Amino acid sequence: MTAVEDPITTTAIGTPMKRREDPKLLAGEGKYVDDIHVVGQLWMGMVRSPLAHARITSIDTSAAEAAEGVHSVLTGPQLQEMGLWLAPLPCAWPVTEDMVNPPHYPTAIDEVHHVGEIVAVVLADSRYGAADAAEQVIVDYEPLDAVASIAAARDGSATAHSEHETNKAFHWPLVPDPDALEAAFANPAHHVKANFVQQRLIPAAMEPRGVLAVPSPMGGDVTLYSATQVPHILKVMIAATTGIPESKIRVVAPAVGGGFGAKLNINPDEILAVTLANRLGRAVRWTESRSEAAFSTHQGRGQLQTIELAADADGKLQGVRVHIDADMGAYMMLITPGVPLLGSFLYTGVYDVPAFGFTCDGYFTNLTPTDAYRGAGRPEASYAIERAMDILAAQVGIGPDEIRRRNYLAGGEYFENLEVPSTLVFDSGHYGPNLDRALELADYDGLRAEQARRRAAGESKQLGIGMVTYVEICGLAPSRALGGLSYGAGGWEHATVRLLPTGKAEVVSGSTPHGQGHETTWSQIVADKLGIPPEDVTVLHSDTAISPLGLDTYGSRSLAVGGVAIAAACDKVVEKAKQIAAHQMEASADDLEFAGGMFSVSGSPDQAMPIQAIAFGAFTAHNLPDGMEPNLQEQVTFDPTNFVFPFGTHVCAVEIDEDTGAVELLSYVAVDDCGNQINPMIVEGQVHGGIVQGVAQALFEEACYDEDGNLTNPSMMDYLVPSAADVPSMVTDYTVTPSTSNPLGVKGAGEAGTISSAAAVMNAVVDALSPYGVVDMDMPATPQRVWRTINEAKGGQA
Amino acid sequence: MIPAAFDYQVADSADAAIAALAEHGDDAKLLAGGHSLIPLMRFRLATPGVVVDIGRISDLSYINDGGDHVAIGAMTTHRAIETSELLATEAPLLRHVAGQVGDPQVRHRGTLGGSLAHGDPASDLPAALLAHGGVLVARGPGGEREIAASDFFTGFLETALAGDEIITEIRIPKAAGVGWSYQKFNRRAQDWAIVGAAVMLGDAPKVALVNMGSAPMRHSGVEAGLAGGGGADAASVAGDDTDPPEDLNADAEYRKHLARVLVGRGITEASG
Ligand SMILES: Cc1cc2nc3c(=O)[nH]c(=O)nc-3n(C[C@H](O)[C@H](O)[C@H](O)COP(=O)(O)OP(=O)(O)OC[C@H]3O[C@@H](n4cnc5c(N)ncnc54)[C@H](O)[C@@H]3O)c2cc1C
Repeated sequence: MTAVEDPITTTAIGTPMKRREDPKLLAGEGKYVDDIHVVGQLWMGMVRSPLAHARITSIDTSAAEAAEGVHSVLTGPQLQEMGLWLAPLPCAWPVTEDMVNPPHYPTAIDEVHHVGEIVAVVLADSRYGAADAAEQVIVDYEPLDAVASIAAARDGSATAHSEHETNKAFHWPLVPDPDALEAAFANPAHHVKANFVQQRLIPAAMEPRGVLAVPSPMGGDVTLYSATQVPHILKVMIAATTGIPESKIRVVAPAVGGGFGAKLNINPDEILAVTLANRLGRAVRWTESRSEAAFSTHQGRGQLQTIELAADADGKLQGVRVHIDADMGAYMMLITPGVPLLGSFLYTGVYDVPAFGFTCDGYFTNLTPTDAYRGAGRPEASYAIERAMDILAAQVGIGPDEIRRRNYLAGGEYFENLEVPSTLVFDSGHYGPNLDRALELADYDGLRAEQARRRAAGESKQLGIGMVTYVEICGLAPSRALGGLSYGAGGWEHATVRLLPTGKAEVVSGSTPHGQGHETTWSQIVADKLGIPPEDVTVLHSDTAISPLGLDTYGSRSLAVGGVAIAAACDKVVEKAKQIAAHQMEASADDLEFAGGMFSVSGSPDQAMPIQAIAFGAFTAHNLPDGMEPNLQEQVTFDPTNFVFPFGTHVCAVEIDEDTGAVELLSYVAVDDCGNQINPMIVEGQVHGGIVQGVAQALFEEACYDEDGNLTNPSMMDYLVPSAADVPSMVTDYTVTPSTSNPLGVKGAGEAGTISSAAAVMNAVVDALSPYGVVDMDMPATPQRVWRTINEAKGGQA
Repeated sequence: MIPAAFDYQVADSADAAIAALAEHGDDAKLLAGGHSLIPLMRFRLATPGVVVDIGRISDLSYINDGGDHVAIGAMTTHRAIETSELLATEAPLLRHVAGQVGDPQVRHRGTLGGSLAHGDPASDLPAALLAHGGVLVARGPGGEREIAASDFFTGFLETALAGDEIITEIRIPKAAGVGWSYQKFNRRAQDWAIVGAAVMLGDAPKVALVNMGSAPMRHSGVEAGLAGGGGADAASVAGDDTDPPEDLNADAEYRKHLARVLVGRGITEASG
């Protein structure tokens, strides 16, 4: 027993600590999949379909096989015959019982369904050799009519899969009270009906995807290094797809350079690498090129939305009715059909809406499959309701701030555990003060005055002001809720916390980072919970051999589920340590206090023991309470009872050059509320990146296809991902309304920016053009589109 | 994104480069900064059998006072031009335009000779050269010849340079005190121009357009209007006699509109 005069105190939570991950990454020392090489590895080169829809009539591999350094060339039918897999690539979210789900094998067998689908695989000694040989494989196709848009899919004169009679994959309704909905729309004072296009987006993570599968020299086992967000899910799915027992598969996600959802899938290359490595007994690898990524990695969005609002004379909402047609692309990937459903619950936004109805039709097209992309369904929902609210405000003749205030849940006052018409229970919210703060920071009145001045002066550069109050649903997810939505997995997260003999902590996280800074955030939680310095915390993750249990990172779930599991595991460690401390200090555990890493006896502060000493005592086990197991190690699997619902108000100003149609984003204010914050600097980073990704959808990005299903802008020269130079410095601030869904009171911050900013920017663009009677414009608001809209509105020649 | 196989040679002098071109003919490509050639090779739009690296010929990188002109070595980087003090007074348009090319990384690698030899109608520096009325010095097996900028750009990615010639020097007539402007319109800050306009006033005003035809071009109609004292009104014909490309950013009609707007702004700025 030692009496420590100067107890270590840490208050790491809430501190904007710099990310411990960054020095290595910034110095180019991060190990990504493509940096890992093993002796004897074979490179895969993919022969990909240049056509969106065609029958394969013949494949001639002879020239490629004869090329130097080529090990073998395997066509789709040959791979199929090898019996490498038991089942097609999985779709874990059959949203309806009768959902159509055409088999999706790693390689096409007789028909291709999108440009970029793999038809044959070359295995060669080098990457360049594999690419050269892949060019020499001669494939003959009989072209079939391609379905290259949702409109064409609906029209149905051609089907994306020739064996199908229609392109419809499913119909999914969420209409809790049809009678109430009908009544709301029977004779509303104001009726808004708007159609919005959610264009397809290419996720474009900084690091492209890549795989390296290494068979164990002992045989039987295989390690897959993959640029994935979901090593644990991937492991289960590889086992289910290939029949290789889970215990013989290890998945490692080394440094992963962003994902945005595009790395949460089970991809053809992953299955090919694992099964071929297993069969050949040689390591097999592949790294996608940037243009390959544009065709072969899943894309985001792709929806046609119709939203209707019914409101009374004052603009108070009576009902919201939504229908969307969603583009699945050629196949159902892991959660393709579930993405629109994730949004379904948010079409009433932050508003008090008595009646709500949502329907979604999913359609197949001959385009690259869609799936989760930052926000996954929720940016689309937020866009529709927030754009529609502006249209309603104009109809009612009040400002966009006023229409929102009149409709906020709980009148903008604080609420908790409030059921909304889409049947969810919002954990907590307090929208009024959040809006006030955003308007104040944006100098909203000043902006409006400047706008009026420019309009009066007839200046060629006009100002537009846009605002959004968003709510998002994240912290995915209560397992039971996922079950209710027919999702094929749970939503828990696992954590193990060990206090090692030297007093340092080791955390095993089931949640795996791909750029979010988990190591830093987790160390802050553990530091405070255990009363040790953050530097004394090591975080292990992203390797299923080290962290066998986990459900990974997506849906802004890491902190609200994984972080909570870690905090709970720490609590258990402290509880056990307290028993040991009481035993060793010959005091009652009830009389012990724990603060700053010290256990002390209430009333006699000189009787105290640091937790590090207890850790050593737990290790030696010389003097533990009777029956207690040695060591300080505890685990928790946390399954939340509710989602979390972060919210916020964003206000931006754009300047439109009427002579050229150029839109410049002048200012952007974001006041977010993600509950309690562990590391405000990391939150800030997430907010910034998220906002830019939504601005990108509003102003820059669109995956463009011609009518034959060819992507016409697959390179980074044509697919315009904005850089820091294209956005203003943002002003960010926060309100704090702790979540009631978890003991840390935290919500999510990873997707919030993207969920709000596209609508904020488009509201501003339309606001700028409203004097010309413009009420809507499709994204992206390119200069040409803006110029043409102004011309048409002015009645001039387009 | 993986280029086809090629042989790589280093030329340590202009003559060595010319000899390599003579030996391999059309199968050879010179590699300067590589910022146009390598992307083409990665997309397999260019598949040269031999790449001759002229990047180490250091005596082709200079900016010298040539009396009535400034002489710039072909291997001079955009960055060197952008920061040259001599050019700040004698050819401020060229200097400014060099600073508008891509991003700093591109400007540290890309060369003036490479940009001009590439002859891309969407690139910035050819327009600056045309507006300055510059001259290129080409050297081949038979010696050196001068080519006026206005004769140099002959078609899409085509120039008056012979297959066995190399650009060694670019001569820019001194233009201290002459009004100038460069208007570049793009969607992202560091992109290529959707349309660009270079304006040089003075005794014989010159106006060059970016991305308004298959090759970098001067616009004689606007120039005539300016020479006739038309001022910014001369811009009204900037879309005439052009054949702009159409792409996702802009169709021909919009490009012609932009040309009028940008030339008008350019003339106003240059006259200010
Ligand atoms: C991301 C990016 C953005 C860019 N943005 C812009 C932009 O905004 N505006 C713009 O104008 N340009 C832009 N560029 C192009 C850039 O300016 C190039 O550097 C330039 O066009 C070519 O110069 P280089 O030295 O790189 O030539 P290289 O790529 O090495 O060569 C280009 C061609 O010229 C030939 N060549 C090179 N030197 C000579 C010589 N001395 N004599 C004869 N032939 C020669 C080569 O054989 C080749 O055919 C961009 C490039 C990139 C990669």
